Amino acid sequence: MEVRKPHIKSIPYEDFKDNDSLEKIADELNAGGVNVVVGSLDQAINWGRSNSLWSLTFATSCCGIEFMAVGCARYDFARFGFEVTRNSPRQADLIMCAGTITNKMAPVMKRLYDEMADPKYVVAVGGCAISGGPFKSSYHVVRGISEIVPVDVFIPGCPPRPEAILYGMMQLQRKVKVEKFFGGANHKEKKPIVVTEVPADFNE
Amino acid sequence: MKLNNLEFNLNDFASEMAKLKNEKHFDFLVTIVGEDFGEDGLGCIYILENTQSHERTSVKAVAKDRDNAYLPTVCNLWKAAELLEREVYDFLGIKFLGHPDMRRLYLRSDFQGYPLRKDFDMDPEKNKAPMFDDPEPDYTMQYSLDNEGKLVAKKKALFTDDDYVVNIGPQHPATHGVLRLQTILDGETIKKIYPHCGYIHRGIEKIAESYTYPQSLAFTDRMDYLSAMMNRHALVGVIEEAMGIELTDRIHYIRTIMDELQRLDSHLLFYSCCAQDLGALTAFIYGMRDREQVLNVMQETTGGRLIQNYYRIGGCQDDIDVNFVDNVKKLCAYMKPMFKEYRDIFTGNLILHNRFKGVGNLSRENAISYGCTGGTGRATGWHNDVRKNHPYDMYDKVDFKEIIYNNGDSFDRYMVRMDEMEQSVHILEQLIDNIPAGDFYVKQKPIIRVPEGQWYYSCEGSRGEIGVYLDSKGDKSPYRLKFRPMGLPLVSAMDEMLRGEKIADLIAVGASLDYVIPDIDR
Repeated sequence: MEVRKPHIKSIPYEDFKDNDSLEKIADELNAGGVNVVVGSLDQAINWGRSNSLWSLTFATSCCGIEFMAVGCARYDFARFGFEVTRNSPRQADLIMCAGTITNKMAPVMKRLYDEMADPKYVVAVGGCAISGGPFKSSYHVVRGISEIVPVDVFIPGCPPRPEAILYGMMQLQRKVKVEKFFGGANHKEKKPIVVTEVPADFNE
Repeated sequence: MKLNNLEFNLNDFASEMAKLKNEKHFDFLVTIVGEDFGEDGLGCIYILENTQSHERTSVKAVAKDRDNAYLPTVCNLWKAAELLEREVYDFLGIKFLGHPDMRRLYLRSDFQGYPLRKDFDMDPEKNKAPMFDDPEPDYTMQYSLDNEGKLVAKKKALFTDDDYVVNIGPQHPATHGVLRLQTILDGETIKKIYPHCGYIHRGIEKIAESYTYPQSLAFTDRMDYLSAMMNRHALVGVIEEAMGIELTDRIHYIRTIMDELQRLDSHLLFYSCCAQDLGALTAFIYGMRDREQVLNVMQETTGGRLIQNYYRIGGCQDDIDVNFVDNVKKLCAYMKPMFKEYRDIFTGNLILHNRFKGVGNLSRENAISYGCTGGTGRATGWHNDVRKNHPYDMYDKVDFKEIIYNNGDSFDRYMVRMDEMEQSVHILEQLIDNIPAGDFYVKQKPIIRVPEGQWYYSCEGSRGEIGVYLDSKGDKSPYRLKFRPMGLPLVSAMDEMLRGEKIADLIAVGASLDYVIPDIDR
């Protein structure tokens, strides 16, 4: 039993550009061996999860309009199971950051991310979300949301064309497929809240 | 237009401004430009329009003391000044005497410094995003002078103990972006709305001061991305006017056609989003379907879908596509039956009528006072179309109707835009067959320098007048560049429109106003 290469139906495996990084993740997961029962369950659940990625409608600027266009008839991301967009972070699987994040918005974005339930993903859409884009030299722009939250997929463009957004979302599907769900994505161990270190000025 | 600023003594500034408004009928405050005049101090330039003769004038007021700058307020004369003066206070630190609500508008309340001052430090290390919530005070300041001429601050509470406050936004699907409306409710009824902007404030005006003119063009498309062409039109327009560049007829034709295609695109998106906000998802899909057709036509020439980067100083980026004329003709033929479809599927809908008619009323006087241009102003009977009042390019040579409705409610705002789409198609049909031969670009020097002076130029954007104020010192980059946002007056008028209405109508009225937040915040 092993974690398989992430095949998805929409595009042949070889046509994707960065198969290496995903294969590396799969190899790391395989290194300790995969339990037959849990591994099979993982595969079934990951198949379901990757085909029903619900995104939070989080559009701050131009890229949001392209995100709307992807949702409409011509590009229609319902074909991939992305069509359910949630307005509450508590019901969303991924946050699709479409647009510039400014200094005033940064704490809001962090809070939205923290409110989401695990397993959660972040997709950075467009130049602004990746690096600050054309506004990099501004006094009020975050230079890439990776400063605030961990990002899973970057979609370049200003704004990215709908095809690019779809490609990025398919990459996320593949990333979801090479995960251990049980004991992995569903159960990430948090830091213990009990403090064990003895303060320096403590005297008995 | 080149600005010849009137200057008044600061002591009788308020009475002179009142005279301008009441005696000379300059009742439309186009915008207030805050500017750092260097050695002279900090100041404002007020651009005013007479709504009868459409004559424009500008007034300059300067506060000499940089550390303790103050000017008299004009928000008792023009309601538009309420937010505009807060913007100036936010960016330059000029306090307005007698303004009832002197808080920051765009930046966080704990922001240090005033970014549009020339001595502001732009170092990214010093302007890192804070990771804690804004410690917003629940009071505001009002400034006045005491008998000895010293500045006195008075605290004023924003809320009473009985107020029930609901924050709508910044992350809310129906605010069309990251606007935050702090709404005070009495049961379901709205008592007061405090708009909070700046969640997408990117500092475009400040960055442009360090960029060359061709570089700063790229920002305009990203401001109001639904009227990307018109925004850029206004910016290249002001630079071309200042430099005295004569364009060929072909450029005028292409620009007019592109502007109208963009307007069609924007209004189709308005129709879609408006329908979606009211829960009519079918109409949303219909509008977006046809928007793709418009985008296709533009994309063949410009290469971009949403952000086209097509105009440049002295003309266009490239000539029109070989099939452009055919495509536009096909598009016009395609769109005409669609307007009937929109009427059938959504305009005639009883739910729409119930939710829109008589909701969010705005009177003509208030529309002028707040400076609500575009569809919102025209729905109140105010003739404010820049294409008619200050014609540019081909607009004085084509035949089109300025759509005017008189009730000023949400339904009329909706109808203005629906009818404007038909007018856009009408303009396209007149121009498309007659595009003259000629150059698409008038060659410019590699380094563009604008002669010294102050200019203001405006175009009719998709949702109002988009104006650009340019102050040049003869350098490669502008000394001060200021955009007149189309959405800011609409947001400031929301309180007036919605006081006494139900909170559910806030979404409907917001949909009918059709604001775009990056345009407000810049």
